[in-house]
Amino acid sequence: MLAWTIYLSFAGALACLLMPRANPRATRAVALGTALAGLFCALAGALQFKPINGLEVVTHVRWIPALGIDFSLAADGISVTLVLLTGIAAVAGVLFSWNVEHRTNEFFAFFFALIGGVYGVFLSLDLFLLFVFYEIAIVPKYFLIAIWGSTRRDYAAMKLALYSFIGSGMVLIGMLAAYAVSGLASFDLQTLAQFSFTPEFQRWAFPLVFVGFAILAGMWPFHTWAPTGHSAAPTAASMLLAGVVMKLGAYGCLRVAMTLFPEGLKMWQHELAALAVTGIVYGALVALVQKDFKFVIGYSSVSHMGFVLLGLAALNIVGWSGAVLQMFSHGIIAGLLFGVVGRMVYDRAHTRELDKLEGMGLMRAIPFAAVTFVIAGFASMGMPGFSGFIAELQVLIGAWQAFPKLAILAGVGIVVGVVYTLKTTAKVFFSDKTEAAESHHDHHAHELEPISVQERLGAALLILCTVIVGLHPRLLLDLIVPSFQSPLFDGLRKAAGL
Amino acid sequence: MNTTDYFQLFSALAPEIIVAITALLVLAADLLGLQETPRSYRMSIAAGLTTVGCAGAVAWMFLNRTTGNWHGGMFVIDPLNETVKAVILLLTVFTAMLSVEAKFTRHCGEYFALLLLATAGMMFLASTEDLLMIFASLELVSLSLYVLVAFDKSSRQSAEAALKYFLFGGMSAAFLLFGFSLLYGLTGTTHVPRMAHKLFTLGVDPLGTVALVMVVVGFGFKIAAVPFHLWAPDAYQGAPLPSSAFIASGSKVASFYVFAKVLLLGFSQLGWGSDDSAMGGWMPLLSIVAALSMVLGNLAAIRQTSVRRLLAYSAIAHAGYMLVGFLALGGEAFASLLFYVTTYALTTVGTFGVLGVVEAQVGGDQLKDFAGLSRRAPVLAACLMVFLLSLAGIPPLAGFFGKFYLFAAALKTEGQSLPFLWLVILGVAMSCVSLYYYLQILKQVFVVEADERARPLAVPFLAHAVVVLLAAVIVLLGCAPTWLLTPLQEAIAELGW
Repeated sequence: MLAWTIYLSFAGALACLLMPRANPRATRAVALGTALAGLFCALAGALQFKPINGLEVVTHVRWIPALGIDFSLAADGISVTLVLLTGIAAVAGVLFSWNVEHRTNEFFAFFFALIGGVYGVFLSLDLFLLFVFYEIAIVPKYFLIAIWGSTRRDYAAMKLALYSFIGSGMVLIGMLAAYAVSGLASFDLQTLAQFSFTPEFQRWAFPLVFVGFAILAGMWPFHTWAPTGHSAAPTAASMLLAGVVMKLGAYGCLRVAMTLFPEGLKMWQHELAALAVTGIVYGALVALVQKDFKFVIGYSSVSHMGFVLLGLAALNIVGWSGAVLQMFSHGIIAGLLFGVVGRMVYDRAHTRELDKLEGMGLMRAIPFAAVTFVIAGFASMGMPGFSGFIAELQVLIGAWQAFPKLAILAGVGIVVGVVYTLKTTAKVFFSDKTEAAESHHDHHAHELEPISVQERLGAALLILCTVIVGLHPRLLLDLIVPSFQSPLFDGLRKAAGL
Repeated sequence: MNTTDYFQLFSALAPEIIVAITALLVLAADLLGLQETPRSYRMSIAAGLTTVGCAGAVAWMFLNRTTGNWHGGMFVIDPLNETVKAVILLLTVFTAMLSVEAKFTRHCGEYFALLLLATAGMMFLASTEDLLMIFASLELVSLSLYVLVAFDKSSRQSAEAALKYFLFGGMSAAFLLFGFSLLYGLTGTTHVPRMAHKLFTLGVDPLGTVALVMVVVGFGFKIAAVPFHLWAPDAYQGAPLPSSAFIASGSKVASFYVFAKVLLLGFSQLGWGSDDSAMGGWMPLLSIVAALSMVLGNLAAIRQTSVRRLLAYSAIAHAGYMLVGFLALGGEAFASLLFYVTTYALTTVGTFGVLGVVEAQVGGDQLKDFAGLSRRAPVLAACLMVFLLSLAGIPPLAGFFGKFYLFAAALKTEGQSLPFLWLVILGVAMSCVSLYYYLQILKQVFVVEADERARPLAVPFLAHAVVVLLAAVIVLLGCAPTWLLTPLQEAIAELGW
């Protein structure tokens, strides 16, 4: 069932491409159908999920026997969690891009090509296959931004494409070296994870592969693609970029770099944690002084992804499961934030500058957007009751056990997060200047078109997810935590002394 | 030497003979019967005959599967070189199809005859293990190609390109011949495997090193590796489009195959030189040439505004990647190299196919001429995306697997020590650079809008068919590389390399 998420997405991409150009409504219907079918498959797969030894094999076919490459898809709890996230983000993405009129069929074709690649990465058990899907996701991102983007889209699209490609190049070198050195003639992740690479090899291979993936996860100082990319991208693409593409990177760190080279993680643990915390604090501080609404959210993504990396570096199960939960949580919340900023506000106000938005009386004009943003802001700050709280708490607990000082600094990052979120909310939606401005041109506030049904549905879906997971985190934690018992993580557990 | 021997030789040579006879037939038909008919008609007839001839040669090879060795390695048939010859014939057919619409010449018969003669030369080149035959067939190929480049008599660029190509080619032939003569002097044989044995027993010899350098220089010109690449951008730009496509594809396949054979078989034991000095071996030499080609080709391609020149520099870069494959051990080197060069050649022909349509209809090969192609010719644009992304090495396209396999093979050489890791790192880094300029073309095609006067392009049926077919092949070979890989590996295993 889970494998169908991949096939359906690629089929959907093809179907969208072949839809008549003159009929965007039909294309949208096909797109929504594809996204819903993907989500349905993901849900069904999650409900039927019966792992043996922590892992459920989905498909296993010989592909290129000469090099020991198999088409092998498998899921553990981590994959299932992220596949669910992808399904939700895809549906929300389609709903939030209902107003794309320019080259609609190509837009959704690229959109689903990206989604298909993402599903594929989360489900691959073969390193080669994982890499293939990882790279498939690069090109659609470029075109989504370059064709349908806004501010400095050429620059942002090329920057994102090159950063991704450089990252995957680093991964490629690492995986080829691992393949050559192990001499196992296999790209199966489980087989490679059982092999113990020499510490000297792990010392350079681990940072190479980890950083290669972490570039896409927005790790400081390789994060600079993220704010520019997010703000240039059309709404659905920023939702996907922040929501799932950054998770691809973090997932790769966990699934490839850490399982293959656990000793390497141990050697570089403190450096990585320091980078992660720098990202948390730096991202939050920079978000504080941004003038562009989307840049605020873009830097907040860098900050929140720092928690994922911190959790991964903690080298204990609380930290890891917190990191995975944070991937899910941030995927939902970032999607929601970008939905509000990109679709609800920018598409109506045609500006993202905080100073201009301040005078527009958005609370009156589009109250739904204001309420959604407040909820999303609370979730993003890590208020109890939302998914962000439990995820970041777990990461902090995990980090506290490993490096208490850094954990305190990360805590500071959360505080700054509260400040910029509240500041931005107040400025955009609840500003004093609003009344003054309104008295001058009273009609201005009413020009904005009302929030559409699709936007409401999309927002409701995302809010529902973050609240459900926030109130009942065991729903996902029961999936995630047992995964770390699978043989894939043997080496990692051993390195962590568990 | 009795008569049955000749009969056997004749039947073994049949594919080459078929191609040569077709060349004469094309020439005769055009000169004797078709002079009064319109050019498009003559072109179609000539291309049709070419296709039939090549198909006949392929059919003969696959219906009469023989192996054999005539006159001490002068002419050899084995499963591997049959595969290579089939690829060359296929590329010839595609080139011929792309030539049908071309308007640069009135001498249709001569053009196709030369194309076929070059093909015959490449086939001989692929099926010999003798230095003398290698040189003779290389000259047949080169002479035909010089004329093919100069074929657009109305264009000064074409003449200039041909002269450059000719001068550089002549020089490379001189180097090659000098190298070969030194090798003969050292070993007393022109047969490559026997030569390998002698060279090995001689050990590292200064004269042998000189010969090696000469051979690398000579072939370096043919494959356009840095620093012997200077002819490539001008030849690619000035030559008539199908000629460029053929130089970039068929000629590449044949040259790389024979280069690999001479180097990997002839100098098989001398990769690292002797124990006391690695300088005598060809591996350090070749890795430097590879590194230079990758770096210079890719960096120079960034600056190009002419797509043809861009493709020429990217060809130089790809030659660098392929040289990395030489450093793998034994059979892996051949398998990875041949996979790469085959898919590369198919991709390049496809790219030239699209380029031809754009040049004919828009009027130039500048980047801006591609603006809005996705609206003006959606199918061509999609195919161009497949070709360029395959060249950049994006999965699931054939170019990705080619590169992956090449690098994997190069790394797997010497156990745990990974001697060529730096080269692989360089190669991967340069692939990232290459993505930039390929995306520059694709940006024009998909992102930039054409101006308002731009109309949909009228794409000739044949060009459409060739391009779509090639794009499909690239996608299929990317998704199922075993289709090409398994035959190659089986053939190599049979040879015991």
